[in-house]
Amino acid sequence: MLNLPIYLDNNATTPMDPRVLETMTPYFLNHFGNSASRNHPFGWAAEEAVDYAREQVAKLIGADPKEIIFTSGATEADNLGIKGIFEMYASKGNHIITATTEHKAVLDTCKHIEKLGGEVTYLEVKPDGLIDLAELEAAIKPTTILIAIMYANNEIGTIMPIKEISAIARKHGVLVFTDGTQAVGKIPVDVNKDGIDLMAFTAHKMYGPKGVGALYVRRKNPRVKVTAQIDGGGHERGMRSGTINVPGVVGFGKACELCMNEMESDTKRIIKLRDKLEASLLKIEESYVNGSVTHRLPHVANISFKHVEGEGLLMGFNKNIALSSGSACTSASLEPSYVLKALGLGDDLAHSSLRFGLSRFTTEEEIDYTIKSITDTVLKLREMSPLWEMYKEGIDLNSIEWAAH
Amino acid sequence: MAYSEKVIDHYQNPKNVGTLDKSSKNVGTGLVGAPECGDVMRLQIEVNGETGMITDAKFKTFGCGSAIASSSLATEWLKGKSVDEALKIDNMTIVEELNLPPVKIHCSVLAEDAIKAAINDYREKNGMEKIKFEESVVH
Repeated sequence: MLNLPIYLDNNATTPMDPRVLETMTPYFLNHFGNSASRNHPFGWAAEEAVDYAREQVAKLIGADPKEIIFTSGATEADNLGIKGIFEMYASKGNHIITATTEHKAVLDTCKHIEKLGGEVTYLEVKPDGLIDLAELEAAIKPTTILIAIMYANNEIGTIMPIKEISAIARKHGVLVFTDGTQAVGKIPVDVNKDGIDLMAFTAHKMYGPKGVGALYVRRKNPRVKVTAQIDGGGHERGMRSGTINVPGVVGFGKACELCMNEMESDTKRIIKLRDKLEASLLKIEESYVNGSVTHRLPHVANISFKHVEGEGLLMGFNKNIALSSGSACTSASLEPSYVLKALGLGDDLAHSSLRFGLSRFTTEEEIDYTIKSITDTVLKLREMSPLWEMYKEGIDLNSIEWAAH
Repeated sequence: MAYSEKVIDHYQNPKNVGTLDKSSKNVGTGLVGAPECGDVMRLQIEVNGETGMITDAKFKTFGCGSAIASSSLATEWLKGKSVDEALKIDNMTIVEELNLPPVKIHCSVLAEDAIKAAINDYREKNGMEKIKFEESVVH
C-alpha cells in the first residue's frame, strides 16, 4: 500500500533505519555514562561503545579508527578540517583551492579564511559539474596548502574525480580535504585508494541520527594535524573537545556498518528506481537532467522542466511528495541555486529544477506515483505558462526585453 | 512555508487562464516580470470601447503559487470593472485577500504592474496617451 506523503528529499536528510535506533536506545537509558569517565563501569561501557563505533565508521571508509574525529556533524567537520589546516599549516602557506559548487559549509568557511588573510581560489566547473583537472593543477602555487573539493555534490549528485585530484595534490605536496557528506555510505569511498587526507561526513545522510558526524584526519603518509576549533577537555586527541554524543556515535557506527553491508544491494535497487523515474520524466517535452549522468551518485537526479517555475511546480504535489527545488523564490533574494548557475544554466532553467533524492526505503510504487503526479503538474502549469505559449509560437524568449523587477 | 487556503484554491482552480487576441484593438496586454527572477505574468483585458468596461480578462503566469494566485485573483476583479476603476486596484488589497507573507508581496506588485501595463497597451492602441505610473516601491 502506498503511504503518503512520499519522502524524496534524502539529500537533505534520510530517515533513520530502525536498526540504528535500536542500537542507540540503551545508550540513552542504561549506558548513559560519559565516555571520558575513566573510573567507573558507566564510563567504561560508554567508552567501549564509542571505540566500537569508531571502528565501524573507520571501516566504511578504509581508515584507521584513530583517524576518526567525532563532531556534531558535517558542517562542523568542514569547519574543523579547513580552518584547522589553515591555522596548523600557516607557516607553510595561506592558499586554498576549492570550487564554486561546494556546499555553503565549505564556501562560507573559505570566505571566513579570506577575512583572516588567507587566499582562496574558487574553481569554476564544467557544464557537467566536474572541475577541470588542468585548471586545478594550474591554480596550485608555492603557498597552496589545501585543495578542498567535495566528493559528490548535494544538488546534482555529480561525483568529482577525487583520485585524480589527490594525485595532482600529492605531486605538489598539497593536502586534500573532501566533503564526503553525500557520498559516504552511498558509494565506495576509501581514503587510501582515493588519496584523501581529510574528509567530513555525517550520520544523518546515511540513515543515522542527526547531530553527529566525523572528520577523517590522516595519520600516516603524511601525518596530518588540524588546530582545534573547539577547546576544552582535550577529547578526540585534542582536535575536538566536548563530551562525546555517545548514543549518536553508536548510531553513526551502526549506520556505517549497515551501509557497508548493504551498499551493493541498496545501490542496485535504488539505481533502477532512479533510472525509471528519470527516464519517465524525460519523456516530458523540454525536460533536462542537470549535471553529469555518468559521474553521479546512484540515488540522485536533478531535472529541469523548462518554462515552469520550480516552486510553483512543487506546490502541485508537495502535500504528497517531499522534494526540493533549485528555485529560491521562497527566499527574499530570488536567486536560484548557485550550483545550477555554476553549471552555466540560465536562470530560467535553474528556476525550473527539481532535486530527487531516493533512499533505501523508496519503493517502486512511490516512484510510479511521483512520475504521474509530476507529469500531470508540469503539463497543467505549462498550459498556464506564458513562456511555454511563446516557446510554442516559436518566439525566442531571449529576444524579449524583460522588465527586471 | 504553508500557503493560505485562498492561494491554494486559486492555484488548484485558477480562474481565467487563457489568451485573448492581442492584435485586437479592444484587447490590452501586459507582460511583466522576467524568467530570471522566476516569475513572468501576462495579463490581458478586453474592453468595450463604448462603455469603457472590461468585458473579459485572461492571464498566464510562470511563477510560484502566489504569483499564479495573484494573477488569477486580478482577472476576477477586473471583469466587470471600468478601466478607471481597474487602475485603482492596489497590490496591498491582493496581499490582504490572499494573506500573502512578506516574501511574496512582490507577486502582488507584479499583478498590479500587469494590470497597469495591460491598460496602457489598450490606451496606446486606441490613440490615448500612456499613463505614467510611479515606480512601485516594493520589489
